[in-house]
Amino acid sequence: MNPLESKQTYQQYVEQKSPNSPILKNCFNAFWVGGLICTLGQIISNICKERGFDIATSGTIVSIILIGIAAFLTGLNLFNKIGKFAGAGSLIPITGFANSIVSPAMEYKSEGYVMGVGGKMFTVAGPVLVFGISASILIGIIYMIFATESITLV
Amino acid sequence: MEIDWANVFEISSLLKCFIVGGLICVIGQILIDKTKLTPARILVIFVTTGAILGGLGIYQYLVDFAGAGATVPLTGFGYNLAKGAIEGVKQSGLIGAFTGGVKAAAGGIAAAVFFGYLAALISKPKMKKQ
Amino acid sequence: MKKLGNQTYSFDSPPTIVDCASIVGPKEAQGPLGKYFDLCIDDEFWGEKTWEKAESKIIKETVNTVIAKSGISSAQIDCCFAGDLLNQCISSSFGLRELSIPFFGVFGACSTFVESMSLAAICTESFAENTLCATSSHFCSAEKQFRFPLELGNQRPQSSQWTVTGAGSAILSKTGSGPYITMITPGKIVDMGIKDGNNMGAAMAPAFCDTLTTHFLDSGRNPSYYDAIISGDLGYVGKEIVLDIMASKGYNIKSNYNDCGILIFDKLKQDTHSGGSGCGCCASVFSGYLFKELRARKMKRILLIATGALMNSTSSQQGESIPGIAHAISIEI
Repeated sequence: MNPLESKQTYQQYVEQKSPNSPILKNCFNAFWVGGLICTLGQIISNICKERGFDIATSGTIVSIILIGIAAFLTGLNLFNKIGKFAGAGSLIPITGFANSIVSPAMEYKSEGYVMGVGGKMFTVAGPVLVFGISASILIGIIYMIFATESITLV
Repeated sequence: MEIDWANVFEISSLLKCFIVGGLICVIGQILIDKTKLTPARILVIFVTTGAILGGLGIYQYLVDFAGAGATVPLTGFGYNLAKGAIEGVKQSGLIGAFTGGVKAAAGGIAAAVFFGYLAALISKPKMKKQ
Repeated sequence: MKKLGNQTYSFDSPPTIVDCASIVGPKEAQGPLGKYFDLCIDDEFWGEKTWEKAESKIIKETVNTVIAKSGISSAQIDCCFAGDLLNQCISSSFGLRELSIPFFGVFGACSTFVESMSLAAICTESFAENTLCATSSHFCSAEKQFRFPLELGNQRPQSSQWTVTGAGSAILSKTGSGPYITMITPGKIVDMGIKDGNNMGAAMAPAFCDTLTTHFLDSGRNPSYYDAIISGDLGYVGKEIVLDIMASKGYNIKSNYNDCGILIFDKLKQDTHSGGSGCGCCASVFSGYLFKELRARKMKRILLIATGALMNSTSSQQGESIPGIAHAISIEI
C-alpha cells in the first residue's frame, strides 16, 4: 500500500499511525483530581453555610478561594504540573479558568505591565467570558419574551 | 458562631459532590483525548453548555443534587451566569438581562483578574521540566 | 557545480566544513547526546531578562565559539546565513548584529540549518573564501509564539514534539581536509493536507520522502551508499511514516536511517513524546554529534535531510494545512 496515493489516504493512514493518548489513565486522573477540587469547594461552601451565609454568597466565596489557590499555584510554577497529570481534572473546575488567566499574564510580563500583562491576560480565557456572558444575556432576553415559568424551571 | 464540623464533613453530600464533579471532568478529558479541541475551546463549550442547561432549568437539578460538584466546574459558571440573568429579568426587566449574569459571576471574574495580575507581578514563568 | 537529474547539484570542488559549535539547554544536556555539545547552559534565561534575549545570546555565543575553534577570524568570513523560528527571525538578526559579517537571514522552519548550509556551500564554491551558518531555537520562546503559555496546565498530545533549546553553527571554507559537502538536493514544498499542528512529523514526512527519493534518482546512489541517512526532526511518528512510505517506493532504509529529534532526547526518561524539533535540533545534533563522528571517521558518508513545517499560528488558526519541506546535503570525508 502506498500511503501517499492521495491526500485522503494519507490523512487516514496518519490517523491510524499516530499514537493515542492513554485515555483510561487520563480519565481516571481527571476523575479523582476534579472530584477532589469540587469536594474542597463543597467543604468551603458548607463552612460558609454554617457561618450563616446564603447560597449565592457561599458560591462566590468558594469561587474566589479556589481561584485564589489556583492563581497562587500557577505563580509558584506548580499548576502546569498538576494540569499535566490531571488534564481536564484541573482544567474544567474554576481553577482551570483561573490558570488560563494567570498563565498568559505571567508569560507576557516581558512585554510590559500594561500591554503585556494587562492586554494578554485574556488570550486564553477571553472566549469563555465572551460566550458565557453573551449566552446569559440571550437567555435573559428569551426568558423575558416568554416570561413564563413553564419554559424555564429556575 | 460555633461551626458544627459534622455538618461540614457530612459524608454523603461530599461523596455525591466528588462523583458528579469527577464525572464532569471525565467528559472534558474525553473531549481532550478524542478530539483536537484546544483548552480554550473546551472551556467555551463547557461554559456555554452550562448556561443553556441553566437557562432550561435542567442544571438546577444537578446543583441541588451535587452542590459544589456541579457549581465548581465551568458548567457551573455558565449556570450561574444564566441564573443571574433570569433573576435580573425578574427584578428589573430587560436591563436585568444585561446586568444579572455578570453581577452573579462578578466575584469570580474580579478575583481571577486581580489574582492574575498579582501573580504576574510577583512571579516569573519557569521552564517545564517535562 | 553541475546539475544532476531534476534537482540535485554536485560540487566540482566541494567546500569543507572547517568546524562546528553547539550550545544547548539543560534538558538537551541530560539527553543521550549531552556530552557532545560544546556548552550546556543550566537555565533557560541564561542571565537574560527574556527568553527571546536568551535565544539571541545562545546563537551569538555559538557563533563566537565556532569562530574561536576554527581559528578563522570574523573578518575572514565573507558572509553568513542564519535563521530561527521567531517572527521575522529576530533571534539570529539580534544575536549576530554586532558581528559585522554580511548577513543573509534565512527561513525554512526546522529545515533552516540545512538550507543555510546549502546556500553557504554554493557561495563558498563560487566566490567566498569562508562562510558561516547558524540557526537556533528555544523551547520557551517557541512555545510562547506557537502554542500556549508555559504555566498553562494543559496536556501535550502524544504526537507532539519538544522544541529544542539550542543552537548550532558551522564554518565552511574553500580549502580544507573535509568533511566535504559534495551534493545538495533542495526540496520542493509538499503538502498532503495535514492540519494538526501537534503532528508535525506526519506533516513533514511526505516532503522528506520526496527529497530522499529524488536524491537517489538524481545522484544514482542507493540507500546503502550512506553510513547514515539523518532527518532533521521528524520524531518517532514521522520516522514510522517515513519507513512505510520508503518501503512502498521500494527503498529499504531501516538499517541506516535515524532522526535528530529521536537522537537528542531519551523518550522514556525525558517524556518528550514524539521527540525533539526546532531549528536548533538539527543544528545542534549535527554540530555536536554527527560532525564529530565524521571527523573521527566513525561515519564517512552521511545524508542530512532537514525538514520544515512552513506554517505559523495565524495559518493554523485559519484552518490551513501544513506544507512541508526537506533539504538534503550529502557530507563525505
